[in-house]
Amino acid sequence: MIVSLKKVAKRYTRGKETVEVLHSLDLGIEQGDFVALMGPSGSGKTTLLNLIGGLDRPSEGEVVVAGEHIDRLSGAALARWRARNVGFVFQFYNLMPMLSAQGNVELPLLLTKLSAAQRRKNAQTALTVVGLADRARHKPSELSGGQQQRVAIARALVADPTLLVCDEPTGDLDRKTADEILGLLQTLNRDYGKTIVMVTHDPKAAEFAKRQLHMDKGTLVPGNMP
Amino acid sequence: MKYFPFLWATLWRKKARTIFTLLSIVIAFLLFGMLQGVNAAFQLGVDNANVNRLIVTSRISLTEALPISQRQQIEAVPGVAGVAHASWFGAYYQEQKNFIFAAPVEIDDYLHVVPEVKIAPEQVAALKQNRSGLIVGAETMKKYGWKIGDRIPLHSTIWVNKYDGTSDWKFDIVGVYEFPSDRSQENGAFFNYALFDEARTFGAGTVGWWIVSIKDPNQSAQIAAQIDKLFENSQDETKSQSEKEFTQSFLKQFGDINFIVKAILGAVFFTLLFLTGNTMMQSVRERIPELAVLKTLGFSDGKVTLLVLAESLLLCLIAAALGLLLADLIFPLLKDTIGVVKLPTRVLVSGGLIAVLLALATGGLPALRAQRLVIVDALAGR
Repeated sequence: MIVSLKKVAKRYTRGKETVEVLHSLDLGIEQGDFVALMGPSGSGKTTLLNLIGGLDRPSEGEVVVAGEHIDRLSGAALARWRARNVGFVFQFYNLMPMLSAQGNVELPLLLTKLSAAQRRKNAQTALTVVGLADRARHKPSELSGGQQQRVAIARALVADPTLLVCDEPTGDLDRKTADEILGLLQTLNRDYGKTIVMVTHDPKAAEFAKRQLHMDKGTLVPGNMP
Repeated sequence: MKYFPFLWATLWRKKARTIFTLLSIVIAFLLFGMLQGVNAAFQLGVDNANVNRLIVTSRISLTEALPISQRQQIEAVPGVAGVAHASWFGAYYQEQKNFIFAAPVEIDDYLHVVPEVKIAPEQVAALKQNRSGLIVGAETMKKYGWKIGDRIPLHSTIWVNKYDGTSDWKFDIVGVYEFPSDRSQENGAFFNYALFDEARTFGAGTVGWWIVSIKDPNQSAQIAAQIDKLFENSQDETKSQSEKEFTQSFLKQFGDINFIVKAILGAVFFTLLFLTGNTMMQSVRERIPELAVLKTLGFSDGKVTLLVLAESLLLCLIAAALGLLLADLIFPLLKDTIGVVKLPTRVLVSGGLIAVLLALATGGLPALRAQRLVIVDALAGR
């Protein structure tokens, strides 16, 4: 089990109001799985994804990912853990506009002890995997939406993480490009053994996953329980 | 070093803003370099003042002459090693802007009391043999392309030569002097007091000031008091000061240069602090999602803080280096005005330190904001 959540609750306080977004949630995801998290807006999908990716901490419960109790790690240790274990793909790509595709992909490798030449080589390999080796010198503004998302996927892959978390990775793309991106994620799951957790609103996108989980009002809908 | 390309790219994210901020810092440091350079040049005279020397002037004013008869009495004061004199000639060459500090002296006495001045012995002998001889500072020789043997006129703004009724005094250049410990002193000239005293239309038998060398600098205050006591209640009361005090009080005639320079620079850097600080704040505010992505990728809070500070440091250091370099190039052009040839190293070093402080002060708040940034809130645009 690469992801294991037990009795996880998450509450946010906004002003005087406290909102519980996740309620005593249990979840298990096996290594090599490709899970699509679906559900209406406000159901807690992104919050759950953030907890799995170590971007946020639960208010209650236990989060174990890649064998680490990440809810117990300090801020700095959690940052190191993220760098080693998780690759992130966002809806709006979140690339650095002033860096080339190559520069963006190399960014996570700055946290490693790799030499500049090795960083360059690894980034080129990641760009080749996503089919953008010939666009390495282009800035994000010179790439299409689909190409930018491929760069973001290359950035997520470059440090060879065990887990990829994707938040609406095709939400900003047309159908054809979205299918290409989802096909790429499928390839990464099937051929490279990457475990993928993907949040999506799109039922067609969810079909690319091996498994679909539905959320509503902060809990997993029965029938989809792991 | 591996972060440099990232920092460099980040710095130039908004080219126009970076260029304008850079220019304002460059100009501030150019101003810093020039003003501090001028200040240091004035201070150099104070620092280089010899502790073994006293300057004795009229108690009334520096421009009031003293009788040459005071010499024997000063020489007789215990602890005095030598006495020389000089007078204000107010010379310029051809045009008023070509000011030359030319002083009538008795050369043997002068060299005994001011041994920092270096003149070849045969040139000293030539000056003594030629009543209208002139020994010129190496800098002045170079500036006007003069050579030994040239006959040149120096116009005095005070003294008329009674032999020809003009203020243009003709001199034969017989030697060159050097002042190795302070090259800024090489823009003067010495000529024979005997000629000066004989040819001037008034003031015969007087000198401008006395230069007194003493055996023990610890006795400086006592000897000064003794000299002044000698002429107390006479027509020619004196004011004796160490060379350092004399230089300081001479400079004070122009105002407190140090204070003026510091006040101007204080205002400039205070403004700069807000300008650069605001730019950095704005730059960080615009990049909140990018900083959140960095944290998402595994950059710790501390690392993101350091990156923001490093960006501020890079901006300030580049701008300061350019500003100080410009000041270093322009400063020698002021040589004729202030005498110093090169921008003192300490001005460059203190400029570098101020750039670091400026970077920390302007980058501090934005760095703190970046450090406190919560990833999920920043990614959600909250």
